[in-house]
Amino acid sequence: MSNKIETLIRMANDISDFFNAEPDKEIAAKGVINHITRSWDPRMRSDIIAYLHEDGSELSDLAKNAVSQLN
Amino acid sequence: MSINKEQDFGTPASQSSKLVNLEIDGFKVTVPEGTSIMRAAASIGIDIPKLCATDSIEPFGSCRLCVVQIEGGRGMPASCTTPAAEGLKVVTQNQKLADVRRGVMELYISDHPLDCLTCSSNGDCELQDMAGAVGLREVRYNPVETHLHAVKDESNPYFSFDPSKCIVCSRCVRACEETQGTFALTIDGRGFDSKVSPGQNETFMDSECVSCGACVQACPTATLMEKSVIDHGQPEHGIITTCAYCGVGCSFRAEMKGEQVIRMVPNKDGKANHGHSCVKGRFAFGYATHKDRIAKPMIRASIKDAWQEVSWEEAINHAASELKRIQAKYGKDAIGGITSSRCTNEEAYLVQKLIRAGFGNNNVDTCARVCHSPTGYGLKQTFGESSGTQNFDSVMQADVIVVMGVNPTDGHPVFGSMMKKRLRQDAKLIVIDPRNIDLVKTPHVQADYHLKLRPGTNVAVVNALAHVIVTENLVDEDFVNARCDVVSFNKWRAFVSDVRHSPENTEAITGVPAADIRAAARLYGTVKNGAFHYGLGVTEHSQGSTTVIGIANLAMATGNLGRDGVGVNPLRGQNNVQGSCDMGSFPHELPGYRHVSDPETHALFESAWQAPLSTEPGLRIPNMFDAALDGTYMGMYIEGEDIAQSDPDITHVHAALRAMECVIVQDIFLNETAKFAHVFLPGASFLEKDGTFTNAERRISPVRKVMRPLAGYADWEVTQLLSNALGYPMNYSHPSEIMDEIARLTPSFNGVSYDKITELGSIQWPCNDETPEGTPIMHSNEFMRDNGKGLFMLTEYVATREKVTQKFPLILTTGRILSQYNVGAQTRRTENNAWHSEDILEIHPHDAEDRGVTSNDWVGIKSRVGETVLRALVTDRVQPGVVYTTFHFPESGANVITTDNSDWATNCPEYKVTAVQITKVLQPSEWQKEYQAFSELQLDLLEQGISNGS
Repeated sequence: MSNKIETLIRMANDISDFFNAEPDKEIAAKGVINHITRSWDPRMRSDIIAYLHEDGSELSDLAKNAVSQLN
Repeated sequence: MSINKEQDFGTPASQSSKLVNLEIDGFKVTVPEGTSIMRAAASIGIDIPKLCATDSIEPFGSCRLCVVQIEGGRGMPASCTTPAAEGLKVVTQNQKLADVRRGVMELYISDHPLDCLTCSSNGDCELQDMAGAVGLREVRYNPVETHLHAVKDESNPYFSFDPSKCIVCSRCVRACEETQGTFALTIDGRGFDSKVSPGQNETFMDSECVSCGACVQACPTATLMEKSVIDHGQPEHGIITTCAYCGVGCSFRAEMKGEQVIRMVPNKDGKANHGHSCVKGRFAFGYATHKDRIAKPMIRASIKDAWQEVSWEEAINHAASELKRIQAKYGKDAIGGITSSRCTNEEAYLVQKLIRAGFGNNNVDTCARVCHSPTGYGLKQTFGESSGTQNFDSVMQADVIVVMGVNPTDGHPVFGSMMKKRLRQDAKLIVIDPRNIDLVKTPHVQADYHLKLRPGTNVAVVNALAHVIVTENLVDEDFVNARCDVVSFNKWRAFVSDVRHSPENTEAITGVPAADIRAAARLYGTVKNGAFHYGLGVTEHSQGSTTVIGIANLAMATGNLGRDGVGVNPLRGQNNVQGSCDMGSFPHELPGYRHVSDPETHALFESAWQAPLSTEPGLRIPNMFDAALDGTYMGMYIEGEDIAQSDPDITHVHAALRAMECVIVQDIFLNETAKFAHVFLPGASFLEKDGTFTNAERRISPVRKVMRPLAGYADWEVTQLLSNALGYPMNYSHPSEIMDEIARLTPSFNGVSYDKITELGSIQWPCNDETPEGTPIMHSNEFMRDNGKGLFMLTEYVATREKVTQKFPLILTTGRILSQYNVGAQTRRTENNAWHSEDILEIHPHDAEDRGVTSNDWVGIKSRVGETVLRALVTDRVQPGVVYTTFHFPESGANVITTDNSDWATNCPEYKVTAVQITKVLQPSEWQKEYQAFSELQLDLLEQGISNGS
């Protein structure tokens, strides 16, 4: 796994850790999606989507749920 | 032009709203109750002679020169200590008063050198002025003993102390106490033996003196005098401008001889600093004319090549062609740039405009990424605006001041002095910091609670404070119901009420005794006005944004917002951090913090800039580095930043810079980043250009050109040249036109113009039709969010992944020191090195003993990512298990050891928590040896370029 993907996984999991405080996990996922969409460069988004499709095992449950809904 | 010195009213202004009427020399005057007779007289143009009085400090009544007579009153009271009262009839001039004053002056002059013509104060001496004012024509005394042969103290690099000229008026002593709050000076001895003494009869440099210059400013004679004035003589004109160091943004009068700065004098009318200064702003301006300044553009094909001096035209065309070549080869998004918090608002605006409209992408970021980006995020989410809520003066109304993760007396010294003044009155103090910062215990100030937490546990502490406030019914329910989003509040209330957040349950995590947390929370939650001040000790963590949000939650829950004396106050590190962020320097936000995808904003800027704009966020600085190593980001325009020293995991940063095909650095020095550059565009110091800076209290202040740019162009002009060469036209003839454009396009700046800044001195945004003179206190009636309600957010504590282990058992945290500034590019090129000439590692005696380390030993500091070597200082300023250093010297390599961990929301690096091991060593680290070799090579390549060009 490249350093770049490791970084993106870590970032997605960290974002998810924050929104995971929200008891309603669909609201939490929306928080993660919104945050990534509004702050990540498109190439970062496509890389993390590609990682989810290829493997995804390092992503937390909430991060997986959110990344699966990214455009 | 002239010096335009401010009027000295003799005593401070009274803040009373009650007025009194009196008569002075037959003229009627109305003044606020509590005003001195001296000030009342001065307000109608009657100058009563004075020596020991000046309006920056409280009256003292010792010189007896300001005596007056009051109808029906006895004797001759001092006008400085006698308050104006209703119906008084005061006489300031008659024969009796003249005789007394002349007699007093005769005594002063009998023990004062009569060398006025050759004195450095000639033309700027109050003693000389008063001798003239009272008509002194002879001195009848021939004293047996005088002080005329007292020895000068030249120890301070910036000012001299000549006791032979001292009249023992105590102005310096009182300025040190009242204005600066250091109490370094005293009057030693009695009667004839009385003398001003730094410390305990030490030299200035050996004493506690912090060289703020308040004593020099207050001295009425040549006793305390700037060495620059002694060397060059009195300045002949003065221009008001703004300091280019920290986020306090002090106003100064640059006092000049032609284009030479003789001295920087703090502006009494400056609304951020009220006539006070620190050692950096007051004295450390010599870097602007340092021999290391580079005045000619340079290019080279590879960083292994010698630099080649070229014309501006060639350098700009080369830079533009390289950027175009890279975009043609790698794609439009393969280039980007960084704006600077050290440059003006107008310059930051132009750089981001160039990148968005000229480069055609949003790959723009700024150094706030590595300092206060969590502030921007956290406060925008909760309050609706990415800024602090108060003005600095607000702290004078605070009943309890919370200082979290910030060291104001070092990092923001002028505001630190104001804070100390309030604390010496009766405000309470809560310090939340792993270290014993000076505020914890300083003369006449002692923290009521010092929550000495473990680095990395800020969120747990904030949640514990919130738990107490909620569970002990300290919530301001009226405020919350009226001003906040109640649904979010209820969710937050339930969240923090959970017993896992209680002080007792978090004590094991934070290391802070539960009783202290409870007591501090009760204090903050019950006083009338609680003010929160924080800094990088809050933001530079993996949960930096969460802590900012947590602080905002606390302030809303306790109703500590929207009025004087309260608020959430981020103390910004650099002079224009707030401004560079306001100007749209983040990759996802256009000026005014509006998202690049917002249709209305997007249309507005596309229309105004006449260029297609991307609606996708660009790369942040750390992502730029990753993309460079990935081969998708190959060119970069960096204005006024030194990422090769300041950013974390520096080995990674250096590798990224080496991987790029064109790095363009615009700076006043060949900084560390420029050693990796292919194009060098010489920048202009703050003294060489017009513009504005915005300080930590949102105050937009003027920056004025006092000398021509050394390299011929101000930075905004260089950006404009580059933009034109790239084919995106810019045709500004003055920065005021740039500000006019900013005002047109940014709602919070709609009312800002250079004319208004000149008229008001400075303006705090928002400034628009509703608040034409600016906004000192934000969120007074409603929050800036769309629905006007403050939003509570949940702040779960998540431990940093940077764990201490047996291999790395200590936590390294970093910070800065009073005399040096950030990467040190400016202050290292001044006499400030006299105070701090190298970065030191602070280590607790227990940890030092375990490792056989004593002060001054060389110690290796090893983290998971790198190793460096520093000299040790064994001190209990740090707690066991924690070590601390500064990062002002590139050879220290402090960022060789910091990791790439970062804030979840903004990627602000976790500078404050790095697990390390310390060992005693005898030589520099491998990195330091390599750095030294690389640095020497680059300086040789520079030298070769300069030699070939000359």
